[in-house]
Amino acid sequence: MVASALHLRELTKSFPAPDGASPRRLALDRVSMSLDAGELVSLVGPSGCGKSTLLRLIAGLDFPDSGTLMVADKPISEPSAERGLVFQDPSLFPWLTVRGNIEAGLVARGVLQQKRSEVKEFMRLVGLEAFADAYPHHLSGGMAQRVALARALINHPKVLLLDEPLGALDAFTRMRLQGEVLRLWQARRTTMLLVTHDIDEAIYMSDRIIILTQRPGTIDQIFPITLDRPRDRSSSDFLRLRSEILELLHFAGNRISAIST
Amino acid sequence: MLQNSENRRSAGVTSEQVDAAAVSADAVVETRPLSTYALWTVPVAAAIVLAIHLWVAKGETATEYRTYTVFLSVFVIVSIILATTQRKSLWLRARMRGLRALFTAALLFLCVWEIITAGFRLLPMPYFPSPAGVLQSMINDRALLFDSTWHSLLLLLSGYLLGVLAGFITGVCIGWSAPARYWGMPLLKVVGPIPATAWIPLAMVVSPSAVFSAAALIALAVWFPVTMLTVSGISNTPASYLDVARTLGANARYLVFRVAIPAALPSIFVGLFMGLGASFLTLVVAESVGVKSGLGWYVSWAQGWAEYGKVYAALVIMAAFFSTIMTLLFKVRDRMLVWQKGMIRW
Repeated sequence: MVASALHLRELTKSFPAPDGASPRRLALDRVSMSLDAGELVSLVGPSGCGKSTLLRLIAGLDFPDSGTLMVADKPISEPSAERGLVFQDPSLFPWLTVRGNIEAGLVARGVLQQKRSEVKEFMRLVGLEAFADAYPHHLSGGMAQRVALARALINHPKVLLLDEPLGALDAFTRMRLQGEVLRLWQARRTTMLLVTHDIDEAIYMSDRIIILTQRPGTIDQIFPITLDRPRDRSSSDFLRLRSEILELLHFAGNRISAIST
Repeated sequence: MLQNSENRRSAGVTSEQVDAAAVSADAVVETRPLSTYALWTVPVAAAIVLAIHLWVAKGETATEYRTYTVFLSVFVIVSIILATTQRKSLWLRARMRGLRALFTAALLFLCVWEIITAGFRLLPMPYFPSPAGVLQSMINDRALLFDSTWHSLLLLLSGYLLGVLAGFITGVCIGWSAPARYWGMPLLKVVGPIPATAWIPLAMVVSPSAVFSAAALIALAVWFPVTMLTVSGISNTPASYLDVARTLGANARYLVFRVAIPAALPSIFVGLFMGLGASFLTLVVAESVGVKSGLGWYVSWAQGWAEYGKVYAALVIMAAFFSTIMTLLFKVRDRMLVWQKGMIRW
């Protein structure tokens, strides 16, 4: 059996209530999951279900109240280059050019000299060689997000965490970039965990879809997607899966609100 | 900018020429020829000012007025030459289009000044000399004025650079580290707002030399705004930049020097400009009360002899001197912040 690339067990995380007085708010409640090496898994759920919190925990930017996080059988204690992160806002460093941004990871790890040749390779991979010397404010949203992907991938992360990376793009750019992310994934076989609120995107891209419930986030259901790639967004199987998941989310939403009222 | 360079190419102008000529950042350069009217405003205005000057100076002694006459004549001749040759250079044409109104207004100002001082003597002498008198004072006392400017420059630069260095270091420390903020911020809030010039009595007592204490006072005046704005820039570094850097494998050093400081640069430059203004003020005050050299000293010395021509001459030089330094700082800023969009131009 292939060792799991990412393993979470009984992960719980709470935050102080906004008024400071009430009990802490539970954001994630005993979440367990496991990603195989090279797998692409989507996290889907209503807003406020703790998807982004989960990603920050895996990145090491936040710490869980309890539970364990392991990457390739090593516990996660701090952020590291082996877990790349791409946000919805590309968050490119505006004072660096496209080349400078892509190099940032190599500079941070002090290996730029040895790996300079890879910078060109990654610029070619995301099709931005012509913009090597442009500053981020000249780039369109789609281009900026491609730079952010290249910046994360150049460190050869064991896991790439994607926090709604295409959420802010227009529909056409989003579909094109979905194809590109898949191409990068197939070329590099990086394990990817994708947070999204777009059901079509989740079905189109992932091996599995994990659906979280509303706050506190727990795993509601796991959908393996076995459709052949490249997937056809208008095939009957695709549409059937889509309506199944939509129904589930809708139903899950009702159920939670029924309990809380 | 990408878009912009596109426009420039289609206009058939090299970007270098445009950069030199552009008054505002994204102005599309007009290449239309200037109208005859626009072309000849400045030469005609200069000629009229010269005529009025000659008429005013008719009854006066020649030595007092000759330099100004020469100055205006040269101005007239040069402006005529430029008006006839502008056809050959797009750069020159764009420049003339932009500066025409300003030059005309400046000439008009000189003319009015001369009429109400030397012409009708509406203002009391010796407090309000004519432009000719000021120019003559400047020429006569050029050696001392040059020496004063040089001393002011040395004092200003030593004080300013010292203050910037100190302010930058304290600013980064307070902005980044929580203990430094705990102890530094109250000190900064209490001591910082005291105008540097209020320390003059203390500086006179403790310091070995007036020049040294003046440099320290200028540094103090610069230190406060630079520290404040550096603190603000560093502590407002967007969290997402820091998060991303950490997931790229950044250590604390990288986070400070390659993320927080670059992110704080726009704010730091605001501090540098505020500090520069404060340093001019402190320089002039320090020079007029303690230091025995420099333009500030020259102004109060000339005033003591009631030589107001020299006072104004020093003020004119001060204006040119300070605005040159300000311009240089803007150039540095433009170079270091090329990555920013929507900058204020100087």
